[in-house]
Amino acid sequence: MTALLEIAGLGKRFGGFTALQDIDLEVQEGERLGLIGPNGSGKSTLVNCICGTLRHDMGQVRFGGKALDRLTAHERTRSGLARSFQLPRPFTTLSLAENLRIPILYAVNARGGQALTGTEIEARCLDLLAEVGLAEKADRLPRDLTQIEMRKLELARAMAAQPKLLFADEVMAGLSHTEVDEIIALLFRLNRQGVTVIMIEHIMRAVMELSQRLVVLVAGRKIADGAPKDVVRNAEVVRAYLGE
Amino acid sequence: MRGVPFLLALLVVAGALFAFGRWLNISYAFFAGYVVLQYIVLGTAWNILGGYTGYVNFGITAFFAIGAYSSVFLYKVVPSLPLPAMVIIGGALAGLVGLGMGYLTLRLRGVFFSIATLALAVVVQTLITNWDFVGGARGAYVLRPRMAPLIGGDYIQYLFLVMLGLCVIAVATARAIEHSALGYGFAAIRDDEGAAEASGVPTLKLKLIATVLSGGFMGMAGAPLPYYVTYLDPASGFSLNYAVNAIAMPLIGGTSSWLGPVVGAVLVGGLQEYIRVTISSAANVLVAGVLMVAFVIAAPEGIVGLFRRKR
Amino acid sequence: MDGSLGLLVNAIVSGILLGGFYAAVSTGVAISFGMLDIVNIAHPAFILLGSYVAYLANTVLGLDPLLTAVIALPAFYLLGVAVYQVYYVSFERRQDQSLRGLSFFFGLMFITEVALVLIFGVDYRLVQAVYIGPSLHLGFLELPLRLLVPFLVSMLMVIGLQMFLRRSFTGRAIEAVAQDQLALRLMAANPTRIKRMAFGLSFATAAIAGAILIIIQPVEPSIGREYIGRVFAICVLGGLGSFSGMVIAAVTLGVVESLTATFFGPSWAPAVSFGVLLVTLAVRPSGILGR
Repeated sequence: MTALLEIAGLGKRFGGFTALQDIDLEVQEGERLGLIGPNGSGKSTLVNCICGTLRHDMGQVRFGGKALDRLTAHERTRSGLARSFQLPRPFTTLSLAENLRIPILYAVNARGGQALTGTEIEARCLDLLAEVGLAEKADRLPRDLTQIEMRKLELARAMAAQPKLLFADEVMAGLSHTEVDEIIALLFRLNRQGVTVIMIEHIMRAVMELSQRLVVLVAGRKIADGAPKDVVRNAEVVRAYLGE
Repeated sequence: MRGVPFLLALLVVAGALFAFGRWLNISYAFFAGYVVLQYIVLGTAWNILGGYTGYVNFGITAFFAIGAYSSVFLYKVVPSLPLPAMVIIGGALAGLVGLGMGYLTLRLRGVFFSIATLALAVVVQTLITNWDFVGGARGAYVLRPRMAPLIGGDYIQYLFLVMLGLCVIAVATARAIEHSALGYGFAAIRDDEGAAEASGVPTLKLKLIATVLSGGFMGMAGAPLPYYVTYLDPASGFSLNYAVNAIAMPLIGGTSSWLGPVVGAVLVGGLQEYIRVTISSAANVLVAGVLMVAFVIAAPEGIVGLFRRKR
Repeated sequence: MDGSLGLLVNAIVSGILLGGFYAAVSTGVAISFGMLDIVNIAHPAFILLGSYVAYLANTVLGLDPLLTAVIALPAFYLLGVAVYQVYYVSFERRQDQSLRGLSFFFGLMFITEVALVLIFGVDYRLVQAVYIGPSLHLGFLELPLRLLVPFLVSMLMVIGLQMFLRRSFTGRAIEAVAQDQLALRLMAANPTRIKRMAFGLSFATAAIAGAILIIIQPVEPSIGREYIGRVFAICVLGGLGSFSGMVIAAVTLGVVESLTATFFGPSWAPAVSFGVLLVTLAVRPSGILGR
C-alpha cells in the first residue's frame, strides 16, 4: 500500500543557506506524527514546502499518490492538505466566523461533490469555533483575541478545510495545562474521524502523548525517525537538544 | 436571489432621479448630474479592485480613455452604432487591457502592479497621441445629436440616462460581490494573500476577475465621454483629475462597502461643482487631492466608517 | 551611409548623457523604494518642485540653477523628514502602507502638480546659464554642454552618495535598514530615525535632479508624470537598492529612448520605459543585476 504523503530527497535553499537537505519521509493514512527539532531546524520550512507556500528546489512531494510539485498552494489545499501558521495570520477585517467561511467556501465547496448552503456554512463555522472554545467570540474581529486564542483560530481555520492531512504548527505554545489537554483531545478526535495529523510542537508532553511516530530535524536534516520512546533516547537527538 | 430587492430599490431611486430631472427640465442639472454619476461609476470600479482586494490601480485614465477613444473610433467607422453598444465595446476593450496587465504583474507584490498601472496611463496616452485616425495630439470632434433617441428631449438627457443605468449596474455588481463567495475571497486576499492561498483561495484568478471588472467599468464610464464633451484631445481625456477623483472618492467615502464610493462621489463631486461655480475651476481640482490626503491620514475608514463604528 | 552612422553615434552618445541624468532622477527612488521600501511615487513631482525653485532663483535673483540646488538641499532634506514623519505615523505604524500609503503619495503628487500649475501656470519655463547653448565638438561627435554638465553633476552625486553609504556610520546604518532591522538594533541605532534621515536624503536629491532637469529641457508642471514610469523602470531594471545597477539601467534606458526618438520620432519615447518596465516585471522582476 502506498503512503498518503511521500517525500523523497526534498531540498530547499535560501541564497547560500541550506534550509532543508535530502529529506525523505513517508506518512501513512491515519497516522499521528510528531515533528520536532530546535528552532531554525527547518520544521516550518518543510511544512511550507509541502503546502506550497514555498517552492522546494530539489526532490519530490507526493500526496495521495499524486505529485504536488507543480500545484499552487490553493490547489494543494483543495487536494486535502491543510496547515496552521506558526505565527497566526488571521484575516483581520473578517469576523472569526467569516475567517472559517473562507476555507469552507474555497476548499470544501470547491472540491466538488456536495456544496454546503449558506445556513449549513454558518452552522459549521459555529461548530468549529465551539470545538476550539471560541464560540462566544464568533462575531468578533481577530484583533480582539489574545495571542493564544489566535492560535486556536489558526487550528480551527485549518480544520475548516476538511483536510485528509492536517499540519498543526505550534498550536499549543503558551496554552495552559488543561488547554493543552483539550487540544490533544481535539486532535485525537479528528484522527479517529480519519484525519492524518502531523504535529510540530515544542511541548514534549503533548508530543509524546499524541505521536505514534516521531521525526527529528536538526539543521535541515532528518536525524531520527521512529517510535517516540526510542527516538528521545537516541544519542544524536539528545546531543542536538542538550548541546554538544 | 438576495440581490433582487436591492436592485429594485436602486432602479426606483434612479427612476425617481431621472423623473425629477425631467420635471426640472434644466439642461445644466443633467450636465452636472452626469459628472457625479460618472464618478460614482469610476469610484465603484476602482473600489472593486482597490477597496475589496487591496490592489491599487493608478491607471484609471488609461482604462477610462480606452473607453472614450473606442467610442471616437466607432463614431468614425460606424456612426450609426447606438451608444449602449459603444459602452459595451469600450468596456470590453478596457477589461481586456486589464486582463493583460494583470496577468503580467499580479503575480508580484502589489506595489509593482500599482507602478505598472501608472506607467500604463502614460503609454496609452502616447499611443493615442500618435494615432491620427482618432485625432492624435490635435484632438477629435464628435457631433452630438440634437435629440435624444427613444425618450425625446435634449441629447444630454439620454447621456444622463445611459450613465444612470451604468451606475445602477456598477453599484448592484459591487454589492452583489460583497455578499458572495467572490467577496469573501477578495477580502481574504486583501487581509493576507498567503493565508488565503492556504485556505484554498485561487488568488491570481480572483485578482484577475477584479481587475477585469474594475477596468471594464472604467472603460464603460469613459465610452459616452466624447458625446458629453464633443471635443476630445489626449490632454483632457487623460487628465489626472479623473484618476485622483476616482481614487479620492472611495477613500473619502469609505472603501469597505459599495456605499463608500457613492457617498464620496456625491459629496466630493457636489462640492467640486459648487466650488467650480462659486470660486474657480483651478481650486476645484485641488479639493479632491487635499481631502484624500486628509482622509487617509485622519479617517482611514472614510465617512461610512465614521458613522458605522466597527463591532 | 556616413550620415546615418553619425546619426547613430550621436544618438547613442546623447542617450548615454541622458541616461546619466536619469540616474540623478532615479537616485531618490532607489533610496526610498529600493532601500526603505517606501513607494514614493510623488518623487518626480518633488523633482519638478526643485526645477521651479531653480527657475525662481534664476529669474528673480539671477542665480545659477546648480548653485540654487546646493542652497536648497537642507530645505528639501527637512521637507523629506517631515513627509516621512507623517507617513510613519499614519501608515507605517498602522501597517497600512499598501492601500492608503500609496494613495497618500499619489495625493501629494497631485497636490504638488496642481499647486505648481496655480502658481506658475502651464507654460514651459526655462533657465539661463552659460553652459546652456554651446556644444563641444569632437570630430562629427557633438556634445551639448546642456547635457554634459547635468551628466557630470549626476555622476558626482551618485558616486558621492555611494561613498557616503559605504563609508560613514549613518550610511552603513541606512544600508542595514534595507537588509536587516535586527542587526541595526544591535548597532544601537533606531531604525525609524535612520529611515527618516534616509528619506530626507532621498528627498534632497530632488533639489539637484530638479535643477538639472530644467537645464536639460524647459519644464511645465505635468511632465513629472512622464518620469514616474521611467524612474521605476530604471529602479526595477537595476535591481532594487543597487546604485551601480541603477546607473547601468538608467544609461540603457537613455540610449534606447534616444534611439527611439531619433529613428521613430520623439513622441514615442515615453512608451519605451513602460515596455522596459513591463518586460522586466514579467520576465525578471529581480532586475538585470539581481540574484
